[in-house]
Amino acid sequence: MYRILKYRMLKGIVTRHIAPEALGEIESTGKELKTLIRKKFGKSLHIREVDTGSCNACESEIISANNPIYDLQRFGINFVASPRHADALLVTGPVSKNMLLALKKTYDAMPEPKFVITVGDCALDCGVFKGSYYTAGAVAQILPVALHIPGCPPSPSAIIKSLLAFLRQHD
Amino acid sequence: MDCAGIINEIKAKFPGFSVISAVQNYPDEICLYVRPEIFKDTCLVLHKILLSPVKMLFALDERKMANKFTVHCVFLSAKSGQWVTVAIDVPAENPCFDSLAKSIYSASLFEREIYEMFGIKPEGNPDLRRLRLHDEVWPQGSFPLRKDFAGAPKNISAENLPAYKFSKVEGNGIFEVPVGPVHAGIIGPGHFRFSVAGEPIINLEIRLGFTHRGVEKLFEGKFLTQALRLAESVDGESAFAHSLAFTQAAEKIAGISISLQAAYARAIFLELERMYNHANDIGGIAVDVGFSFPAAIASIIKESILQLNEKLTGSRYLKGINTVGGVLRSPEEHEIRMVSGFLKEIKKDFNQLAKILTTSVSFMDRVDTTGVLKKKTAEDIGVAGLAGRACGIALDLRKNFAGVYHEAKFKMAVEQSGDVLARLRVRIAEFEESMRLVEFFLSKITPGETAFPQPQRKEGEALGFAESWRGPVLYWLKTDCNGAIERCKIVDASFCNWQGLSYAVLGNIIPDFPLCNKSFDLSYPGNDL
Repeated sequence: MYRILKYRMLKGIVTRHIAPEALGEIESTGKELKTLIRKKFGKSLHIREVDTGSCNACESEIISANNPIYDLQRFGINFVASPRHADALLVTGPVSKNMLLALKKTYDAMPEPKFVITVGDCALDCGVFKGSYYTAGAVAQILPVALHIPGCPPSPSAIIKSLLAFLRQHD
Repeated sequence: MDCAGIINEIKAKFPGFSVISAVQNYPDEICLYVRPEIFKDTCLVLHKILLSPVKMLFALDERKMANKFTVHCVFLSAKSGQWVTVAIDVPAENPCFDSLAKSIYSASLFEREIYEMFGIKPEGNPDLRRLRLHDEVWPQGSFPLRKDFAGAPKNISAENLPAYKFSKVEGNGIFEVPVGPVHAGIIGPGHFRFSVAGEPIINLEIRLGFTHRGVEKLFEGKFLTQALRLAESVDGESAFAHSLAFTQAAEKIAGISISLQAAYARAIFLELERMYNHANDIGGIAVDVGFSFPAAIASIIKESILQLNEKLTGSRYLKGINTVGGVLRSPEEHEIRMVSGFLKEIKKDFNQLAKILTTSVSFMDRVDTTGVLKKKTAEDIGVAGLAGRACGIALDLRKNFAGVYHEAKFKMAVEQSGDVLARLRVRIAEFEESMRLVEFFLSKITPGETAFPQPQRKEGEALGFAESWRGPVLYWLKTDCNGAIERCKIVDASFCNWQGLSYAVLGNIIPDFPLCNKSFDLSYPGNDL
C-alpha cells in the first residue's frame, strides 16, 4: 500500500488537457438527431463497441482513449458492456460476412433513441480490404451512420476531439 | 545442414525414402519434393528428427500452368536454424492427400484450412469442419483460394445452410455457456462455448473466423511493394512483425540483402512493438483480477511507447516505416539520445509495476497455478512463441536464426510451470530484455542512414519470418514471372495458440477465463485472416 501511495504522489497528474477542435470537419447530422442528442445525451453518452473485422489497431486506440492520460470518462463518455445499456454503437473494421448478423443483432438490442459511430478507414469504405470476397460492405451500407472518425487508426486524441465536437455541435 | 545431410538422416530412419528433387534456394530453406505415397511417412520422420510440430501446411493452385495442386508442409530445424519443407503434387481431379492429423496433431487445423479454401481433401482427417467460412453464410463447395474462384456466391438462402456443429458434452448436470461473438470489452469477436460441470470447465470449444476478410486472396496479383500495406493491416498490434516477415520473404525473392544499419533499425522497431504490447498485457492481467492501479501504470507505459513510436516513425503502430530492402527512416542523432533518456523513465515505471504486482499476495494467489498448459500438450498442438516459452518450450526465432540478435547476446526467457504466472513472468523478463536490446542496437546504429536497394520484379518463392511479441509470424510467398504475388500464406502464432488456450482453461472456473485469455492475448484478425 505504501508503495502505491508513494508512486501516486511522485507521479502526479498525468492527464492531458484536451479541447474539442473546430467543428468544420464533423459531418452534419439530421435535424432529428440533433434535438435527440441535445435532449437525451448532452452530458452523458454510453457507447457499445463492436469489431466487425478490424485489425485491432482501432480497438487499441479506443482503449487508449480510456487510459489515465486521455481519460475519456471525464467528459461523461463511457464504454459499456451491453448494447442494452448503450446510446451509441461504435463500429470498427470492414463488415466481415460472419459479423453481419451479430452487428444487426447488437444494433437491434439497443434501446431507442440510438445512433451509430464508425471509427477508422476500414469502417468507412473497407480500406485495404476493399474488393474482398468476404466483406459484406462498409458499415454505412448496413446501418445509418451519424459520425465517422477517420484515421488508420485515429489517435486517442482524434477520437476524443471528434466525439466532443460532435456532441457540442448539438449542444 | 544441406539437402544431402537431411536426406541421409531421413533414410536412416525410413529406408524406403527417396526424393524427386531436393532444392536449397536459400541457406535457411530446404525443400524436398517427394511422391505423394510417402508424404505422410516422410513428414512423420522429419517431425521426429527435428522435434518440430508442423509449422505451416498449405496448398497452391497450379492447375492453369501444370494441371495440379501442390501441398507444402514446413518444419523448423531449431538446431541448425533452417526451415525444411516437404512438397507433393496433388491431382487436379478429385484432389486429395494423406492426412497427417492422426499422427501429427499440429497438422489438423492446417488440413481443415486446406479443405475449406481449396477443396483438397486430407484423406483420414476425422474433423473437416470449416474454420473461417462460416456454414451459416457460405455454401459448401465454393473454394475462395482456387484460381478459378469467381467471387462470392450470390443468392444464398439462409434456410439451406446448416448450422455449425459444436462438439457436445453430455451427462447429468452438464451446462453449456455460450459467449460471444460480441464480448463485453473493447475486443475482437470470437465465440466461446464452455461446457461446465458445476464450477470447473470440462470443455471449451473456440469458434473463430468472425473477422475473416479474405486477406490471402487479396495479396494475389499485387506487387511486393503494394502488398506491404496489406501485410501491415493483417494484425494491427503486430503490424511491424507482419511487415517484417513479409519483407524478408520479398527480399529473398528479389535477391536483396539488407544493410546492417537497416537490420538494427528493424530490430529496434520489433522490440518497441514487443514492449508496448507486453506492457498492455501485464496491465490486462491486472484488470482481469480487478487490480486497477497497476493497470493504470501499465497503460501509461504503453501510451509513452506508442508516443515514442510516433516520434521515431510517424506512426504509433509502426506502420509505413518498413519497406522491401530496408527501412524508410532511421533514428537521427538527437532521437537516439531522446530514446535513451526515455528508456530510463520507462524502466523506473516498469520496475514499480512489476514490484506492485509480484508483492501483492492476493494478486499472486489469483495467477499462480491458474490456467496451466502442460508442455506435452503444447508440443502436440504446436503452441509457439511466448505461450510455448512459458511452459518450457525453449524456442525463439530471434535465438534460432543468426542475425543481429546474436551480436546482442540475446537472452531467451523461459519458464516451466505453464500457468498465468509463468506467462506473466516471461512477459516481464522479455520486456526488460527488450529495453536492453533497444539500447544495444541504438549504440550500434549510424544516425540517419537509410539507403536501400530498389527491389527487382522477379519470379520465385521464399519464406519470411519474424518473432512477434506473441510468437512466430510466417509468410510464404510465391511470385510469377512479372513479380506479382501468386500465393501468400500467412501463419500467425495465434493460429495454433488459440487451441493452447482451450486446453489451459480445463479444470479452471469460468470467472478465471478472462485471466487465462489475457495471459495468452491472442489475435483474432491474425488468426482469421
